[in-house]
Amino acid sequence: MTNQVTNILISGVGGQGILLASEILSEVLMLAGFDVKKNEIHGMSQRGGSVVSHIRYGKKVYSSIIPEGQADVLLGFELLETYRCLPLVRQGGSVLTNNLQIFPPPVTLGKETYPEDIPAKIAAAFPDTTLVDGLRLAAEAGNPRTVNTVLLGALSKRVDIDDTCWQQTLQKMVPKKYLEENIKAFNLGRSL
Amino acid sequence: MKRAILSGNEAIARGAYEAGVKVASAYPGTPSTEILENMVQYPTIDASWAPNEKVALEVGIGASFGGGRALVAMKHVGVNVAADPLFTLSYTGVKGGLVLAVADDPELHSSQNEQDSRNYAKFAKIPMFEPADSQEALTFTRIAFETSEQFDTPVMLRTTTRISHSKSVVSLQEQVSGLPEPSLEKNPAKFVMLPSNARKRHPLVEERLLKMEEWACQQPFNRVEKVGGKIGVITAGVSYQYAREALPDADILKLGLVYPLPKQLIRDFAANYDTLYVIEELDPFIEEQVRAMGIEVKGKEVFSICGELTPGRVEESLSGTPSEYYFSHSEVLPSRPPSMCPGCPHRSVFHSLNRLKAFVTGDIGCYTLGFMEPLAAMDTCICMGASIGNATGLSKLLSAENQRKVVAVIGDSTFLHTGINGLMDMVYNSSASTVVILDNRITAMTGRQENPASGYTLMGADSYRIDLEQLCRAVGVKHVQVVDPYEVEATRKVLKQEMERAEVSVVIARRACMLVKRDPVARKPAFTVDSDRCTGCRACLKLGCPAIEWRASADGKGVAHINGLFCVGCGLCQQVCSFDAMGVPND
Repeated sequence: MTNQVTNILISGVGGQGILLASEILSEVLMLAGFDVKKNEIHGMSQRGGSVVSHIRYGKKVYSSIIPEGQADVLLGFELLETYRCLPLVRQGGSVLTNNLQIFPPPVTLGKETYPEDIPAKIAAAFPDTTLVDGLRLAAEAGNPRTVNTVLLGALSKRVDIDDTCWQQTLQKMVPKKYLEENIKAFNLGRSL
Repeated sequence: MKRAILSGNEAIARGAYEAGVKVASAYPGTPSTEILENMVQYPTIDASWAPNEKVALEVGIGASFGGGRALVAMKHVGVNVAADPLFTLSYTGVKGGLVLAVADDPELHSSQNEQDSRNYAKFAKIPMFEPADSQEALTFTRIAFETSEQFDTPVMLRTTTRISHSKSVVSLQEQVSGLPEPSLEKNPAKFVMLPSNARKRHPLVEERLLKMEEWACQQPFNRVEKVGGKIGVITAGVSYQYAREALPDADILKLGLVYPLPKQLIRDFAANYDTLYVIEELDPFIEEQVRAMGIEVKGKEVFSICGELTPGRVEESLSGTPSEYYFSHSEVLPSRPPSMCPGCPHRSVFHSLNRLKAFVTGDIGCYTLGFMEPLAAMDTCICMGASIGNATGLSKLLSAENQRKVVAVIGDSTFLHTGINGLMDMVYNSSASTVVILDNRITAMTGRQENPASGYTLMGADSYRIDLEQLCRAVGVKHVQVVDPYEVEATRKVLKQEMERAEVSVVIARRACMLVKRDPVARKPAFTVDSDRCTGCRACLKLGCPAIEWRASADGKGVAHINGLFCVGCGLCQQVCSFDAMGVPND
């Protein structure tokens, strides 16, 4: 009997709320009855560095790191960081990416160049690519800092899990003060 | 049965709670920090940050000698600091169970070396457990306390970054009951390690290891997983998970106790296979011991001794050919190294040290990032507290002129960890260097943990805030100055003045970390750039602030732009701009 494991990779820049998004996702998956493993590096990488979070779920998961080249879905919070992670995605995998550029220090200092036309390059290799205007939708939800929840909403459509599971977990994990705008942000992402 | 999704560190904290731990002590260090942070939610545990790992272990030893269970946590390099009490604790043994949780960092995600702590277990002659996921982290913590008391030994529990920071599903149990009440017991033959007593304890240590080696052959944490394969694998910890991914058809001897090894179990397992691999990260720790038993294995000639393993790396090592993936880049991507946060109080100090052409002996903390372009003002970094001793040693060799360039830079927490000893030496032996203490009131790098200069404890209680000025004066520093690093000119002036002084001086750059949890620093309105005034001189870029971006302009020189989502309004850029181009709208 095959043990079908689904691999979701989330990438972005430290400080963008990637860890909270992956926490919520893994909580939802556990609630839905899956074996779940989630992995990321804290510490140095929080200071504006590249951040990658691996989430794997299925009947039984061994490695918490997604085997290289086997990610089924890549959710990117920033264009360069989405692009950077493409080699980890399998052929035919889905890519969801926030349409946002954050220049890393070597680019600002003029020592390195930010790649051009990233969305087109991604779409050329991965036909199932969705470009999300996260900042605009977050503003629509009432707070530009809810971009991570918008993106989680967009991702939720690729994960076959009941809407109530998501809503329940958001209520449990998002501070009350920010709950309403986050629910709005999630629903905006989910309806893309 | 209650289920939860916990990180390895959270699971160790939970396991400590379930095991009835009374006292927990640690010094923060990635990837171990969250173990103690998560103890706070269990009211039956007294959890605290110690000034360093040696003190943390000594606190744990005291609690153990009083009959209470104690957990001590640290990162791998912390064990170097705590090694002194550890080795003698091996001789005394324990009264209440004592577990030292140590988190290694293969791949150096956030460390200065990738030493393999398993060697400490062998070196100190104490048992070491190594979990492979969060469930085992919880279960092994409980077992480690029972083992500690059963065999009268401290026990090490080793994780790696991928265990400490991975989350997986665990089942929670009730707290054990019926543990003995703590008591004061005089037992000098066991607790006073003078030569005459210690000489009698050493043979007991050796016997203990032999007994455990036999016992470990029958314990469920060392298990054989048979699928009827032709290949055998001996593995432990996270490497087990990668072995299961890469070699689904192999039989596996999965070790939960990595020291001492269950020799008979290994012999019996090994006898079944022509091809036997040991899959382990870092040192050939298991491999060398298995080889010493006369068993032929494949290990480090196949798998790298450097860095961490991954499912892909294990597969590539086994096949001997690089794997091919569907997508690969046809261009070189810009790197995205970590950098100091917008509003970081360390920034202006390094900006000044760069301009003053200082030779900076550095230390461990967020400020180690000061070595990177464009601040580029850190020239050495060895270990916690090393900056001050390094500066003393350097200045012993140099001409008076060059001596003045040497500046030791150290954070408040690192200074109290082991830096203070270096300062005593600097005064005692008449060095002429300058020491800068970057006092941001918190242990920031590991995620903002409290320290003795913060004014409150891990559990949230108010406590005495060490007066760093008085402390420096008490060890004999005559020139102690305090500056606000948000005042760029004033900070540079004081640094220049103290660097020129031919005596020991301390400059305390005091301003709270932007991210401090208690008394959070209020974000001020974001600055903007008046592009008509910006001449494209790039002076602001020398601050290395992530909020300042560079945009194209008609004259080709480019102009500064401030990203309003990142800017916290610290105002450093306004102070370094000669053309008054930075400001707050409607200001």
